Amino acid sequence: MALSMKIQASSLIAGQRRVRPMTGRRAVVIKAALELKAPPYALDALEPHMSKQTLEFHWGKHHRAYVDNMNKQIAGTPLDGKSLEEVVLASWNGGSPTPVFNNAAQVWNHTFFWESMKPNGGGAPTGKLAEAIARDFGSFDKFKEEFKAAGLTQFGSGWAWLNADNSGKLSLSKTPNAVTPVVEGKTPILTVDVWEHAYYIDVQNRRPDYLTTFIEKLINWDVVAERYAAAQK
Amino acid sequence: RISRSISTVKLPDLPYDYGALEPYISGQIMELHHTKHHAAYVANLNKALEQQAEAEAKGDVSKVITLQGAIKFNGGGHINHDIFWTNLVPPKDFEPPSGELKALIEGQWKSLDNFINIFNAQTAAVQGSGWGWLGYNKGSGRLEITAMPNQDPLSITGLVPLLGVDVWEHAYYLQYKNVRPDYLKAIWNVVNWKNVADRLAAAKK
Repeated sequence: MALSMKIQASSLIAGQRRVRPMTGRRAVVIKAALELKAPPYALDALEPHMSKQTLEFHWGKHHRAYVDNMNKQIAGTPLDGKSLEEVVLASWNGGSPTPVFNNAAQVWNHTFFWESMKPNGGGAPTGKLAEAIARDFGSFDKFKEEFKAAGLTQFGSGWAWLNADNSGKLSLSKTPNAVTPVVEGKTPILTVDVWEHAYYIDVQNRRPDYLTTFIEKLINWDVVAERYAAAQK
Repeated sequence: RISRSISTVKLPDLPYDYGALEPYISGQIMELHHTKHHAAYVANLNKALEQQAEAEAKGDVSKVITLQGAIKFNGGGHINHDIFWTNLVPPKDFEPPSGELKALIEGQWKSLDNFINIFNAQTAAVQGSGWGWLGYNKGSGRLEITAMPNQDPLSITGLVPLLGVDVWEHAYYLQYKNVRPDYLKAIWNVVNWKNVADRLAAAKK
């Protein structure tokens, strides 16, 4: 890129840039569409707890479709060129979400979900996060029970969340469809997808088994701890 | 003191074998859908109704109120699936709509194909889990296409349910995966138009 081009700092967001040449001619604006981010592991890396086939469909079809459909919806509109977070908040529209929200929020939610898991995950958190869980839930076992219950009582499609406020206090929440605690002013640090497509290939109707496996074998507690620390900055 | 008896809801049998709707809806899906999903709605509805009766007997209105979500969800799930099984028929027994039903559809949507296209477009667009419905409006005497979220029964809108299409992912995922539109194209091969006509006739009484 030529040094004579001025980069508008406000739109320098990871993954996309808007550039304007400082010439007298009509400005050329290049906007990169928001991209589908790959999970931080291979699609078969979560086996046997979450199958490669599930990842191929869940990431390769569902998540990809949310990205593609969102990009189609925002092309040529004022949301074009904004960051994903900006698109999610704008399309939430103060609680009367536009059709863009259904796709944009799901793009965000699914990336957050992949990054909440890792191969050979599960086990237990340590350090400050472990202390906070014991304090705010009574025990790690109690937390696991309540997190699972949140996932089970989200009737229909949606998500269960562990959130932290800026004082480090933890809370659970559940949301329907594409809704994310981010639009409710909360800071999520962990999520589990309870749309049926998340588990149907592997365990069919047995959502309780899916949640148990997620908790015991998949959670990336290192990432959750990093998010926990970041929430308090 | 008035005593209430607890009504127990039963899982109905399907009017056909699990594999009878193939190749349009797989036997594997039909069996899971009936023996696991519908059965769970029935079991959980019965449990919630029992808990409600206990709470009522104790005069615990708070508890009664907290049970309404589970009753609506599981009760709606039972009602919806009870209708759904009768709305389907093995492909060998399929007959297109006739008589008054056909006239109403063509009068409002020009053709059955056009009706199906519009129904499918609306139903494919359901966010998350829910149902597409053809309902009868007793006030206007007209048919209406609409959608309901989760397991909310159509009856709460005042419309009489004639034909429901389940678009919860469990209704199609093992066979059609994420391609809900393909499921929606296929299902019209197994719609029981005679049952739809019977429901319309009953609604008009």
